[in-house]
Amino acid sequence: MDWVNVAVQGVLLGGLFALFATGLALVFGVMRLVNLAHGDLGILAAFVALFLLDSFSLGVFWASLASIAIMFCVGYVLQRGLLNYTIGTDDTRPILVTFGLSIIIQNALIMQFSADSQGLDAGAIENASVRITDQLAVGWYPLIVFGVAVAVIAALQLFLNRTTLGRAFRATSDDQEAAELMGINNRHIYSLAMAIALAIVALAGILLAVRTTFDPSQGPFRLIFAFEAVIMGGMGSIWGTLIGGIILGVSQTLGAQAFGAGWGIFVGHVVFLAVLAFKPSGFFAKTVTA
Amino acid sequence: MSTPLESMPSKGIPAFRIARSAPMHRYVLIVFLAVVAVLASVPFWAQTGTIRTLVTFFTLLALAQMWNLLGGYAGLISVGQQAYVGLGAYGVWLIADILGLHPFIAVPLAGVLAAVVALPVGPLLFRLKGGYFAIGTWVVAEVVRLIVANIQATGGGSGKTILSAARLPIDTRIQGTYFLGLGVAVGSILLVYFLLRSRVGLALTAIRDNDLAAQSSGVNVFRSKLLVYVIAAFGCGAMGAVVALNLLRIQPTAAFSINWTAYALFIVVIGGFGTIEGPIIGSVIYFALLQNLSQYGTSYLLLLGVIAVIMAAKAPRGIWGFVAKRWNIHLFPVRRRLVLEAPPPGDDGGPADASDPPLAEPA
Repeated sequence: MDWVNVAVQGVLLGGLFALFATGLALVFGVMRLVNLAHGDLGILAAFVALFLLDSFSLGVFWASLASIAIMFCVGYVLQRGLLNYTIGTDDTRPILVTFGLSIIIQNALIMQFSADSQGLDAGAIENASVRITDQLAVGWYPLIVFGVAVAVIAALQLFLNRTTLGRAFRATSDDQEAAELMGINNRHIYSLAMAIALAIVALAGILLAVRTTFDPSQGPFRLIFAFEAVIMGGMGSIWGTLIGGIILGVSQTLGAQAFGAGWGIFVGHVVFLAVLAFKPSGFFAKTVTA
Repeated sequence: MSTPLESMPSKGIPAFRIARSAPMHRYVLIVFLAVVAVLASVPFWAQTGTIRTLVTFFTLLALAQMWNLLGGYAGLISVGQQAYVGLGAYGVWLIADILGLHPFIAVPLAGVLAAVVALPVGPLLFRLKGGYFAIGTWVVAEVVRLIVANIQATGGGSGKTILSAARLPIDTRIQGTYFLGLGVAVGSILLVYFLLRSRVGLALTAIRDNDLAAQSSGVNVFRSKLLVYVIAAFGCGAMGAVVALNLLRIQPTAAFSINWTAYALFIVVIGGFGTIEGPIIGSVIYFALLQNLSQYGTSYLLLLGVIAVIMAAKAPRGIWGFVAKRWNIHLFPVRRRLVLEAPPPGDDGGPADASDPPLAEPA
């Protein structure tokens, strides 16, 4: 029963990984940009929420909401003011620029908040749990996080499939030049995609911050997990990131259970590399371009 | 020094030949040899502190050359070369302390160890492209770090001291490490230089400009990229081995730190992406900044990040790219140029350089 319990924890953890991965997948899907600062931006959002919480007497909920709104704006400005200039030149520039951003965010956070671990306190909900059978108990909080992840992914999929703006996103993704000829302003679409991606990763960062402690150096790890979820799920598929996240989450928790706490993340990486070796297109790939 | 490769005089077309070297390159070679000779004399008159500082400089230069070979020439941006830096550092410990070979001999062997690991890793990562390839290299670095940090034999998180090197007479150790460092730095420059002058260099230029077009012209893209990936791993491994000898202490967090990539990226972006000169200039600038500003710690790294972002977004060819374009100077003759032969009789004669022929200018 221990193992079932651990696997269930892994599935729920996978929801959080998927939430980090969704924005990465969206931005790549729309403009073929891989944002190496993606994880750091999620951690930045957690620090913004912490700052708002400490500076103004907002509750956790309102501080988080404000942080998500701020990150939405940051995303739009970042894309419009900087990243748009690196797209379509050569493949290397966006990678160099976003890696530089990652260094900037990490060190700016260390300067402002120190390298110490921080926590976001959300009250009693953090430790409450629901008993399913005699031996199987699931925490309310991980369950809520998983539910939020599913809801966000479903909403994003509906947005892409059903709205006019969503159609513009898909059109730009399919063929940038044709989309532009049809009157779509690509620069605006790119900026909106980045804004939405950062709002989602902000939510992910805040949910992570409530779940465990966090510090400025964690961004890269979040990026790596998100990337593994995207590749395992299959590129171009938003629902795929949820499956990829769950595979990664279960691998990590089962790995830690089997080999000791230090090996959980390692087993997650090994499973990812195995998928890359034997099923490189992932499990739910929609596009073939890498 | 000019080596005519082809001569095709025909009616209507002015006589031309393809050349790589120019008369200037003779002086460049002399200066290069002179600088190396001066650097080689340093251990005989300088203080230990200076010697060790220069070793750090050499290792950063070698790292930057290798990173630039990958990113600037093969289009493979890696954020995971710390995997091979760390493997080289731990390789010295493995080869010298465990297998009992001399620590100096362990340096090239540590490079070989890194290259052997890179051989199967490369093809796996090549399934990913662009930014996803970059993150993939990072995953590999994390995997190696986690193995080293989690097993007891390598000292776990607290690391190891390279005892075999620590037991050497101090002068032997300092001087030997210095010459190995100089060798790694000069070796990395020569390696890139001769690689670029070979067939592979031509293939790489084609791949960088358009890998689909290169493939359809008969370039084996996969093999060229793999060769570069393995060579870069070798260089980073040897460089990591020198770092280990210089510090005598290895520890997983430092050996596999993402900062290695950050330094390399900063150096190459500042100096000039896709040139041999760029990493040399970048390392000198980086090192000057390091000596003067490193006491500011995180704000120093923040400044480096800001400079790197601005340069990468606005001036991606870096300082040397600007110089090379403005004055058409190339210190290392790795490019093929179109040279017009002597104009019709009556003129003074003598070959005239076609200043900027589109045929001979790879983007």
